[in-house]
Amino acid sequence: MTVIKTIDYKNDGEFHEKLIEEVLSAYPEKTAKKRAKHLAVTKDGASDCGVKSNIKSIPGVMSIRGCAYAGAKGVVWGPVKDMVHISHGPVGCGQYSWSQRRNFYTGETGVDSFVTMQFTSDFQEKDIVFGGDKKLKTMIDEIEALFPLNKGISVMSECPVGLIGDDIESVAKQKAAEIGKPVVPVRCEGFRGVSQSLGHHIANDAVRDFIFDKGKEESEFQSTPYDVVLIGDYNIGGDAWSSRRLLEEMGLRVIAQWTGDSTLAELERAPKAKLNLIHCYRSMNYISRHMEEKYGTPWYEFNLFGPSRIEFSLRAIAEFFDDKIKEGAERVIAKYKPMADAVIARYKPRLEGKKVMLYVGGLRPRHMVNAYEDLGMMIVGAGYEFAHKDDYQRTSEYVKEGTLIFDDVTQFEMEKFIERIRPDLVGSGIKEKYATQKMGVPFRQLHSWDYSGPYHGYDGFAIFARDMDMAVNSPAYGLFKAPWAKGPAPEAIAAE
Amino acid sequence: MPQSAESIKDHAELFKEPEYQEMFARKRAEFECRPPEERVQEVAEWMKGWEYREKNLSREALSINPAKACQPLGAVFCAAGFDGMLSFVHGSQGCAAYYRSHLSRHFKEPSTAVSSNMTEDAAVFGGLQNMIDGLQNSHTLYNPKSIAVSTTCMAEVIGDDLQAFIAKAKQQGSVPQDFDVPYAHTPAFQGSHVDGYDNMLEGILKHYWINATPVRDESINIIPGFDGFCVGNIREMKRMLDLMGVSYRVVCDPSDIYDTPANGTFEMYAGGTTAEEAKAAINAKATISLQEYCTKRSLAMCKDKEQETAALHYPLGVAATDEFLMKVSELTGKPIPAALELERGRLIDAMTDSSAYIHGKTFSVFGDPDFCMGVVGFMMELGAEPLHVLATNGSKMWAKKIKKQLEASPFGSRAQVWPGKDLWHMRSLLMTEPSDLLIGSSYGKYLERDCKIPLIRLSFPIFDRHHHHRFPLFGYQGAIRMLVQILDKIFDELDRGSNIAGKTDISFELTR
Repeated sequence: MTVIKTIDYKNDGEFHEKLIEEVLSAYPEKTAKKRAKHLAVTKDGASDCGVKSNIKSIPGVMSIRGCAYAGAKGVVWGPVKDMVHISHGPVGCGQYSWSQRRNFYTGETGVDSFVTMQFTSDFQEKDIVFGGDKKLKTMIDEIEALFPLNKGISVMSECPVGLIGDDIESVAKQKAAEIGKPVVPVRCEGFRGVSQSLGHHIANDAVRDFIFDKGKEESEFQSTPYDVVLIGDYNIGGDAWSSRRLLEEMGLRVIAQWTGDSTLAELERAPKAKLNLIHCYRSMNYISRHMEEKYGTPWYEFNLFGPSRIEFSLRAIAEFFDDKIKEGAERVIAKYKPMADAVIARYKPRLEGKKVMLYVGGLRPRHMVNAYEDLGMMIVGAGYEFAHKDDYQRTSEYVKEGTLIFDDVTQFEMEKFIERIRPDLVGSGIKEKYATQKMGVPFRQLHSWDYSGPYHGYDGFAIFARDMDMAVNSPAYGLFKAPWAKGPAPEAIAAE
Repeated sequence: MPQSAESIKDHAELFKEPEYQEMFARKRAEFECRPPEERVQEVAEWMKGWEYREKNLSREALSINPAKACQPLGAVFCAAGFDGMLSFVHGSQGCAAYYRSHLSRHFKEPSTAVSSNMTEDAAVFGGLQNMIDGLQNSHTLYNPKSIAVSTTCMAEVIGDDLQAFIAKAKQQGSVPQDFDVPYAHTPAFQGSHVDGYDNMLEGILKHYWINATPVRDESINIIPGFDGFCVGNIREMKRMLDLMGVSYRVVCDPSDIYDTPANGTFEMYAGGTTAEEAKAAINAKATISLQEYCTKRSLAMCKDKEQETAALHYPLGVAATDEFLMKVSELTGKPIPAALELERGRLIDAMTDSSAYIHGKTFSVFGDPDFCMGVVGFMMELGAEPLHVLATNGSKMWAKKIKKQLEASPFGSRAQVWPGKDLWHMRSLLMTEPSDLLIGSSYGKYLERDCKIPLIRLSFPIFDRHHHHRFPLFGYQGAIRMLVQILDKIFDELDRGSNIAGKTDISFELTR
């Protein structure tokens, strides 16, 4: 276990246990039984958080989860910038995920980069009836004709594709041979699995099966002893860049970024690295384990949120290398520590003792804990949309005793928890944002950084601190009660 | 160091710093294997030309940057317009998450919908059990007054039968027998969000009207249609109708649920058309749709009940508002009051004051079929000339109709109408035949960047500007607001083009 010493506190476990009982009592019996397994309070010394995870969501309860397509196209493949990603099926999936993940990139959009574009086969009834394979072939020809600088094409399946028996694999094979570029079929129909998570896995497998050991970039590439790959960072608001800067500054050579701001060449060359550095373990552990098995590349889950974790991670990464890199890590830490200290000096007095609830995807509810604590804030509750058992094991290293844990939380539970706990800040997604703010509780989106960022590295920590302060200390929350209104100031009240 | 505690830079400034710029250049040179810069520029130039336009317009299969969404989004929006009605989307769970996010990003408001969370086993065995469990859970947990069921494409492809499923679920006690569960099949592979709105509305009316016989009264129904500006527009329309003193009901009114106050309490349900109103709507003497292409089936239902019907096209500007008010007056027998004529006069006054800055300007517009017609109408009243009118979800019949509208004005003679085309087509059109202004949604910002044509955001979705939808476009007052928004864009551009001291500032004038 790697516990980083930040601040000491315990949460009110007894109160949280009661809260769990309270929310469960509102469900029909069968549903309450199922939901009970996903709610728990952490105990000191336990090896995980005491919840079951990665289980089907219950119909009608308003789970916050997305689907396999969202995990495969929205998360893993979508950011690969010099490839064209087809949302294969009806228009909606591609439309709702168009330009929403904030995967920053450099390049000329529409010419040599395609991230913020929506390519769709816009299935019509006839495609459902007669199949979409022929249309897919035509589409690939049209992409080649209109976007000659594309480096390859991915075919991201939406629900109908898997239901009508289309054979996108054979289309992909045929067209890849014809155009001499990778055409990658990704079977990420939204009904597969229980959340975004299976989509990540399927997307990882597609990299393994259709990219590795195929490109010429890979064979011609000259590696060095300091080559690393930054894996599982999708460059939300530029996160991968503020991380990359530190890795480069300590003397490492980042030969590929996966997949934020990445190119096909970066996917192809990754097996040449000496070490894979995983940011989002949940979405890319599969391919990292594969590279470990096949190419002998070790991997390490690092965390660049907040100075405590940054220092720890940079040193831990340096341990894989020689003294030159170890000295580099110390140099980087020494260089930026004064800035981080100044950020803490400015914001900690404004944030100290504030209670935070986190509900995000598969990574941030643990990775961000120490960053909040660096600012004197306390995590009272945390949960994941699509985490697995190993994520909750990892989480137990981060959270304090008595923390309320909620897996695949329902909208109802989330609101009740907020109403009863009245945290000073909630970090979650767009669907949770506005209801929470109406309850008088400050909120920051932690998928999209609420259109801010980056939050990684030292540069990002300053922005993170600023943003949390502007939420928690926004004057608007002091204006909820009209001066002429009778009774006490409004408390957070959830919808009935 | 690019960052400091005193002056914190986020992405908007941080990545312009030399440390990052050098890093980007290094990454590009050493690792990205991108085509040489000259080649990129050569292709970029080629993409601006007529040859590329022809290639682009001859696409048969590929859709790029379409300006439309799928049916269930419209269904969820429609259900939000009814009091206490919870949207229940039958099919894959990710879809419901997408609709909720999409609506929230536009309205900056909560958007609720449950899913029946169908997964692989449901794909094989059908989603009946999901419906049974889902209705029970959502009914118990969220205490709705009614539940509106729509479908994702998954449920449609496997052929789930909503009517039978809902009946079965009621039999099993998921919800009480007499609990209102209107439904609509909303396949994503037919039509677009405007059809989803229509299908859901038809489903709701069917549900409430099924055993009812109309008892004619003096009231009229107004169906607003799918509208990102519903908050401002419906309120403005109600204000005008109240001034006229007519008896009306808005059938599908999401103006309150997408604009709830921050007061410490989250209201999951807030206002909207009540079940009683929906039932009583059958008795109206007439129904006016404000968007024909959102209401074809719903309006046909009203006609079936022997109501008079009228279909407008997103009434914007003087003549369209006149038409709306005169239609209401004709149907109800109530005169248009002096107060509204006064407002009309004020709009005309503002137009005479300012139209010199718009007259002769060319513009292009994209969006839903009715929206395009509304914009074209008002802009031509201001003396602007439409060049490209594009509706991804517009049909050939729509094209015919809008061409008639264009032919009726001398300002419409240069317009080209593009039904079924997308925003990548629009890119080629604007590169080869540019207009002075572009009107549409936030999706147009990529066109604004690439074609250097100022974008005016007047249509769903608007993700990157806040709160505009809380103000109306409808009515004479809405038209003034729209006029101001267009003028502001033009004035800002004028100033931006003349703001370098000593170089371009000859026309940097104080009074315009």
